[in-house]
Amino acid sequence: MINGPLIIGISFTYLGLLFAVAYWADRRAEQGRSVIARPTIYALSLAVYCTAWTFYGSVGRATQNGLGFLPIYLGPTLMAFLWGSLLLKMVRVSKSERITSIADFIASRYGKSQVLGGLVTVIAVIGVVPYIALQLKAIAWSFTILSHYPEVRMPVHGDGPFWADTAFVVALLLAAFTILFGTRHLDASERHEGLVAAIAFESIVKLVAFLAMGLFIAFGLLGLGGPELPPIEDSPLLLPLLEPGISPFADWFAISLLAGLAVMLLPRQFQVAVVENSDERHLRRAIWLFPLYLLLINLFVVPIAIAGLLTFPDGTVNADTFMLTLPIAFEQPWLALLVYIGGLSAATGMVIVETIALSTMVSNDLVLPALLRRWRRRPPAADLGRLLLTIRRGAIVVILLLGFLYYWLAGEAYALVGIGLISFVAVAQFAPAVIGGLYWRGGTREGALAGLSAGFLVWIYTLLLPSFAKSGWLPPAFMESGLGGFDILAPMALFGLTGWNEITHGLFWSLTANIGAFLFVSSLRAPNAAEASQAGIFVDASRRTALASAPLWRGSAEITELMTLAERFLGSARTRAAFTQYARVRGLDSPDTLPADAETVYFAETLLSGAIGGASARVMVASVTDEEPIGLDEVLNILDEASQIRAYSRQLEQKSRALEAATEELRAANIRLQDLDRMKDDFISSVTHELRTPLSSIRAFSEILFDDPDIDGEQRRRFLGILVSETERLSRLVNQVLDLAKIESGHADWRTEVVELQTVIHQAVSATEQYVEERGSSVHLDLPDGSAMVWGDRDRIVQVLVNLLSNAAKFAPTGSGEVRVRLSPSPAGWRVCVEDNGYGIPESDLELIFEKFHQTARGGAKPGGTGLGLPISRRIIDNLGGRIWAESAPGKGATLCFELPAHPGNPSDRRPDHEPDHE
Amino acid sequence: MSLTMNKRILIVDDEPNIVISLEFLMMREGHEVRVARDGEAGLAAVRTLRPDLVVLDVMMPKLDGFAVLEAVRSDPGLAGTRILMLTAKGREAEQSKGLALGADAYMSKPFSTRDLVDKVKELLDRT
Repeated sequence: MINGPLIIGISFTYLGLLFAVAYWADRRAEQGRSVIARPTIYALSLAVYCTAWTFYGSVGRATQNGLGFLPIYLGPTLMAFLWGSLLLKMVRVSKSERITSIADFIASRYGKSQVLGGLVTVIAVIGVVPYIALQLKAIAWSFTILSHYPEVRMPVHGDGPFWADTAFVVALLLAAFTILFGTRHLDASERHEGLVAAIAFESIVKLVAFLAMGLFIAFGLLGLGGPELPPIEDSPLLLPLLEPGISPFADWFAISLLAGLAVMLLPRQFQVAVVENSDERHLRRAIWLFPLYLLLINLFVVPIAIAGLLTFPDGTVNADTFMLTLPIAFEQPWLALLVYIGGLSAATGMVIVETIALSTMVSNDLVLPALLRRWRRRPPAADLGRLLLTIRRGAIVVILLLGFLYYWLAGEAYALVGIGLISFVAVAQFAPAVIGGLYWRGGTREGALAGLSAGFLVWIYTLLLPSFAKSGWLPPAFMESGLGGFDILAPMALFGLTGWNEITHGLFWSLTANIGAFLFVSSLRAPNAAEASQAGIFVDASRRTALASAPLWRGSAEITELMTLAERFLGSARTRAAFTQYARVRGLDSPDTLPADAETVYFAETLLSGAIGGASARVMVASVTDEEPIGLDEVLNILDEASQIRAYSRQLEQKSRALEAATEELRAANIRLQDLDRMKDDFISSVTHELRTPLSSIRAFSEILFDDPDIDGEQRRRFLGILVSETERLSRLVNQVLDLAKIESGHADWRTEVVELQTVIHQAVSATEQYVEERGSSVHLDLPDGSAMVWGDRDRIVQVLVNLLSNAAKFAPTGSGEVRVRLSPSPAGWRVCVEDNGYGIPESDLELIFEKFHQTARGGAKPGGTGLGLPISRRIIDNLGGRIWAESAPGKGATLCFELPAHPGNPSDRRPDHEPDHE
Repeated sequence: MSLTMNKRILIVDDEPNIVISLEFLMMREGHEVRVARDGEAGLAAVRTLRPDLVVLDVMMPKLDGFAVLEAVRSDPGLAGTRILMLTAKGREAEQSKGLALGADAYMSKPFSTRDLVDKVKELLDRT
């Protein structure tokens, strides 16, 4: 039922669908409703990383070395963690500089060097064309295998003329498709929206096909339906799959690193990840979605490999074709077709994007510089835009034909089969120049050239040539003995380094040579003006506030000449539109009034960069302007000024933050001061009130006695007694206010001495004896044997005790008052409690009584005190490191207690451990 | 003799010595004097004794002088009661508060006995 015409029909239908998706997305973009302005589409387009080499080849790799296929996906997954900085910088720089390719990027970084751009392009073409060949082969093979359905037969290479080969037709078709979607405009800022949408669509198709196949096999292996597979035996073939390991670690590490670099530096990856990026915020989703995609597409690699080895145990079926041959063997025509479409997706996606990226590089960095040199002698035709497009389209055809040629010539040779990772290593040579250029200002053009050349040469020597030798194109002896027969130069064991696989070995030596040469040559001279200014743009890209690429240009130019130049590449309509918009940004009505200053020249150059690459744009703009050379000193001054301005603004920010903080502190301090002020006012108001009361009595009785000398003796004596006691009260109050002020201000002198509590209690009791007796009360002492020693100020402790005792006597009922003093050990040291049998204190007042001038009229009687005794006592006890509090059950008297820490030499260990805590 | 003879005066204050002095002064003027030691007792005494004049302290336990003043002034039956406020707080705000609430006079402690006696006389004469 499956035959050639059906497959061709389906293939064309699929390509037509792809075309439709791309067309639809382009139309949407024109209407301003971009479909690719979604982070998911961006992440899916990155999956162009998964080529036919993934789709078919992962299973093949798994049959050979178990989990060995994993690092190729592990690397990008780990690398994605760094995208927040690395890829973000690349995207930002590329947007502001209108960078169109990886070659443009590197050339731009090192002073817009045409030579550098050319070298990168050469490396990319040589490194990647064989990889394109591999994709063509995959499409041709999958077509041939499927057309033999239901027979499982391996294709035979090259039986027929090249123009009859499927791959040739495929190459031409893909060239047509690529030209249609990749070279409609010249400006890279008008991204290939349709293309990206089509690539994202392809990513979905290949994932669905792989998962469908995987589920089918997984059901078979688990016995849940699906194919009837032979039982898993202990076959030596299955060993690497059933007992997977990650040794040798060096290879895992190397290949992960390699793949991690390739996922950003492969021309097609740079194209989708950087050039086609429409919004840098899309990176955030790609950082997790892209690794997730990789995980899904690798989920069933091992089961499919196992099923393949079980189904085709004799080795006649190439493991790379298991994806397709398995559904054929189990007579699943639709699944086979789906897999074929999936493989077609993977291959076409890679080929189209890679070819566009390479053709841009070839035209901007190889062909155009050559033309520019010629134009210096002979002026070019007016419409350079058409010419450029033609160059680019020609490059597409040539690249694809080169790919086909490589496929045709290499056939089954190792040079094609093993090219995947070899290709990666070639691209990895860009890493030092790119990553070094984004984080280090010291790199120079010569350094980058030296690094790239050294790495590339080592790559040719250790990887490309040995692959040729393995294919029989070079004498095999070359592999063993190396150049000139020196063993030490053996390409696969350079300087005697053995034990790693060839990729690890090649990567190690090529990157070592690359980085070494890059650093060494860069160190030979300081960056010149152009390099230094570009270094500023690249290294500071992650700072949003970085000066938007300060134009370092001085000279004279004519606005009309700049516009004419742009028109030759972009056409007059688009040039006019771009300049008009730019004029509007600068607040001008018409582009004709634009000043031809550094900024305008820079704008024109950037505009052109989008079409012809940075290096060529620089040359073209220089040809119509009269530029004065700017010395390195000047550039450095300007850059220095810029960084100083940045530093100043940072300082300013810091200062304004500090100022805000200080203001906040001041405000808080002010509030505290206001509080204190109010408290002071309250205190003074309370004090005056307390002073006025005895003064009132004193004044009243003095006046009464003064006015009326005839008052009888008895009354006179009574009044004079009141006068004396009120005067005493007044002096007591004044003393206490002063005492309190002294304690609160911290000016009180505190003696630190060992005090025996029994002694001070006796002292306080005798001091208050008279007052207590006058009130008709009695004092009972409950003191333990032995000395209760504390650290403290003897006089102050006596003062507290006198306060508590007179308080207790005052509130005890007159005549029948009983005051009890109890001394006991406590967990904190020693506790002294003074108890009376008065009315007690309401619970709400237990704390209030320690506040200044708070006097509770206990039992209705106005107490005669100053209202300062307890506050002073509290401050004294606090100061001595203890605490004081009141307990009371109303109606049963009040107990005021304080605790002081025991003196260390005190026999407080005498106290019983079971002593309950009374609190 | 003056018209102020045999008036009934209520002293409401919680400071015993001040009460003694006020009592002496008022009795010396020939008035009948009663004493209350806090606001509640004072208000009750105003209602039961119906004094002609109350010497009312501001800072007192239970009910302060202002509250007593308000209660008296809100009772139409006690409209004729004259009230002299005494306070140890010297602030003007206190004084205007007292007057606004309807006190007839306001004196600060410590007071001059002569001024107090004159003021009482003046209030009792005002009929």
